[in-house]
Amino acid sequence: MKILVPCKRVPNPDLKLKVANGSVELAGTTWQVNPFDEYAVEAALRLTEKGKGGERMGEVVVVSIGPKDTSAQLKQLLAMGANRATLIAGDDSELDPDRVARILRAVVDAEKPDLVIMGKQAVDGDDNQVGQILAAALGWPQATFLASILLAADGKTATVTREVDAGVEERHVRLPAIMTVDLRIIGKKAVRNEALAPATAEWEDTQRLASLKGIMAAKKKELREIAVESLGVAGGILVKTRHHEAPPARKAGVKVASVEELVAKLHNEAKVI
Amino acid sequence: MPGTATLVLLETTTTNLRSASLPAISAARKLAQANGGPLVGIVIGSGIGAAAQDVARYVDKVLCCDNAALAAPLAETWAPVLVAAIKKIDAAALVASATSTGKDVLPRVAGLLGAGMASEIVAVTGAKTFRRPSYAGNALTDVEVLTPVVVATVRQTEFPPAAPVAGAGGVEPLEPGSIDTLGSEFVALHASKSARPDLTEAKVVVSGGRGLKDAANFKVLEELTDLLGGALGASRAACDAGMVPNDLQVGQTGKVVAPELYFAVGISGAIQHLAGMKSSKVIVAINKDPEAPIFQVADYGLCATWESTVPPLIAQIKAVKAAG
Repeated sequence: MKILVPCKRVPNPDLKLKVANGSVELAGTTWQVNPFDEYAVEAALRLTEKGKGGERMGEVVVVSIGPKDTSAQLKQLLAMGANRATLIAGDDSELDPDRVARILRAVVDAEKPDLVIMGKQAVDGDDNQVGQILAAALGWPQATFLASILLAADGKTATVTREVDAGVEERHVRLPAIMTVDLRIIGKKAVRNEALAPATAEWEDTQRLASLKGIMAAKKKELREIAVESLGVAGGILVKTRHHEAPPARKAGVKVASVEELVAKLHNEAKVI
Repeated sequence: MPGTATLVLLETTTTNLRSASLPAISAARKLAQANGGPLVGIVIGSGIGAAAQDVARYVDKVLCCDNAALAAPLAETWAPVLVAAIKKIDAAALVASATSTGKDVLPRVAGLLGAGMASEIVAVTGAKTFRRPSYAGNALTDVEVLTPVVVATVRQTEFPPAAPVAGAGGVEPLEPGSIDTLGSEFVALHASKSARPDLTEAKVVVSGGRGLKDAANFKVLEELTDLLGGALGASRAACDAGMVPNDLQVGQTGKVVAPELYFAVGISGAIQHLAGMKSSKVIVAINKDPEAPIFQVADYGLCATWESTVPPLIAQIKAVKAAG
């Protein structure tokens, strides 16, 4: 089982965003792996784990498109346990979801993975498009917003559950496929490969951190860098970002001292109860 | 170059338009004006003839793709139908509400067409220009789609629900062509059972967070919710801790709500949560931490524990209601 996990680096989502002069100012931010992509790596690793004898079976390849210092995020993913990494060096400003998907398509054509797992969206652009466009470009099935993955013992199909507006939807999916993951994919029993792990298998209820041993091991792993131009992906972006601005601030509210005062304000002032 | 028609994907039961699609009609109507052409609805499913008639009240024409193999909204089968519809009417744009179906299916259509897509738009500013939130709603971003055909999903809270228009449109069948699921199969929907209104449509939303500490403590919030005829919500922290199902999650990666009245109880107010509720008309925050960021967006903040405030709050609201 070979699993490809495309990952994006994003600015730290917990820092206050500076928006000025029509653009988002990212100088001085810290960068990290998009949380959903980190969950995708965790899910991919679990699909190779807990077989008899404890040896991992299968390969997890991570790939990112971005500036050269994205290698820091890829090293972290190698330290988590990914087998090898590819950095496709390119300028962020020349990317949109379609362009990213077309570049990833070239990577899939070269790597020929059995499965692609990625985050459902990046928490900077919030587009939620790349996985679906990639699936369309490849003519592959797509299973989006996943809460769980049970890979069948023959490695040819999976039973998944999806987070949908009305609850949880269950589907069967044929491999190779594109899967995009939601928050619950890192639950204790959310992901399992029937060929390896018994039904009783459990993982930590979170994504793993890079261990010291993992960090040492990562130094020996392949981190390949290629130029985006070398992939020969024709075309440019389809959506141009013109302008950013800060959303209007809410007007300052008031602190109330008691439940009585709150109810009085809601009734007499806001007139909502 | 494409023509002037605007296509809107409308989700239905077998008999009715789903209210989640009403904001998409409003946005698509605006786009249709910019395109200078008709607004065409499309319904896809199995046994949806009655639903197509219901939908016809809102648009200039309806394409109805009714086929037993299209009952479940699989992107693998629905996306090619939408591509066929766009080609049939020579559409300049495809729009849908950003429901879990819209978010799943429309990017696949964009991918099949090589069309640019704008996600979760909050404003239509031209035939190809849109405003949308990014960075968890901390930026409003103006984008321009550069391709002849435009694809967009619509943030439901930012457009009013459409009303029926005079002169109902006709319904025209659309042949789906060959249907290939690519091996994907819908098995079951494990629906959350609730008598409460939909979270995204409720006039009042009562949300609990990490401060609630335990699933059992949501009972008191449910009492407040039902007293106000509202919907129950939760922060990601409460969902992650397993206190409530994930479909109650309000936030950047959950549902976006904009009720008349929003209660945030025991919710600190992480950026990701604020992204899902800060368009609410009136926000009430109850939190014991005076520094909690939720107070910065709250119209009324009460710095106290939920244990000491929610039960008397329920009693006093009952008293106000009784007094009429």
